Amino acid sequence: MTEEADRLWAALADPTRQRLVDLILAADGATATALARDVPITRQGIAKHLAVLERAGLVEASRAGREVRFAVRRDRLDQATGHMARVLENWDRRLATIKDLAEAEHDAQG
Amino acid sequence: MVPDRISREVVIDAPPDVVWSIVTEPRHVARWFSDEADIDLRPGGAMLLTWHGHGAYQARVETVDPPRTFTFRWLRRENNEPREGTSTLVEFTLAPEGSGTRLRVVESGFQQLSWAEEERARYADENSRGWIRELDELVDYIAAR
Repeated sequence: MTEEADRLWAALADPTRQRLVDLILAADGATATALARDVPITRQGIAKHLAVLERAGLVEASRAGREVRFAVRRDRLDQATGHMARVLENWDRRLATIKDLAEAEHDAQG
Repeated sequence: MVPDRISREVVIDAPPDVVWSIVTEPRHVARWFSDEADIDLRPGGAMLLTWHGHGAYQARVETVDPPRTFTFRWLRRENNEPREGTSTLVEFTLAPEGSGTRLRVVESGFQQLSWAEEERARYADENSRGWIRELDELVDYIAAR
């Protein structure tokens, strides 16, 4: 149903990865080495999180001299937050329907 | 930015036992959730939720504590066995409020979605790609000297 969107969500729902995305956005692109200065985990740990983000299409890598530079893909980030908004809307709609059904049932029993 | 769990609630002007029946009985579930619903209402019981035009999705009942708690694990893909990593957990909590009910729903487990099975399959691939990168860097480094 929403496998692709779920994958985006899964990639972003981790606090460390959220922090990395924030940092990359703020710096307008960053290398793993630069990120390692701002996040209290190893460069290897950061590389692993970046791989998850890259696989979900949330960041893209490009060569920058001897290092790999990561940039956030805004379109994919918007897609992820849009998906979350829709999931929330769906629950609001379902709860509203449950309320209507329960109140009608209660009145009928009344 | 994007949380692992979401929570919504509503206050209903009907007592918990009425709300409980709406939340758990298949004929009602088929009105507020899916288009068709089969529910074996006991822990471990199977649920089949069908959306016309989208397909049938399996879920598994986890907790049945009337009229307070109803939880199920909802598979996010068609025709598969619900388990951690491919499903989210939906928890309904009913609390009396005056002569009515405060109904809360929490959906959680988004963080693990999709990764459990893929992680394993792609791990080797990622690992070798990582090494190629490191080697590239080494080659560049040596060339620059």
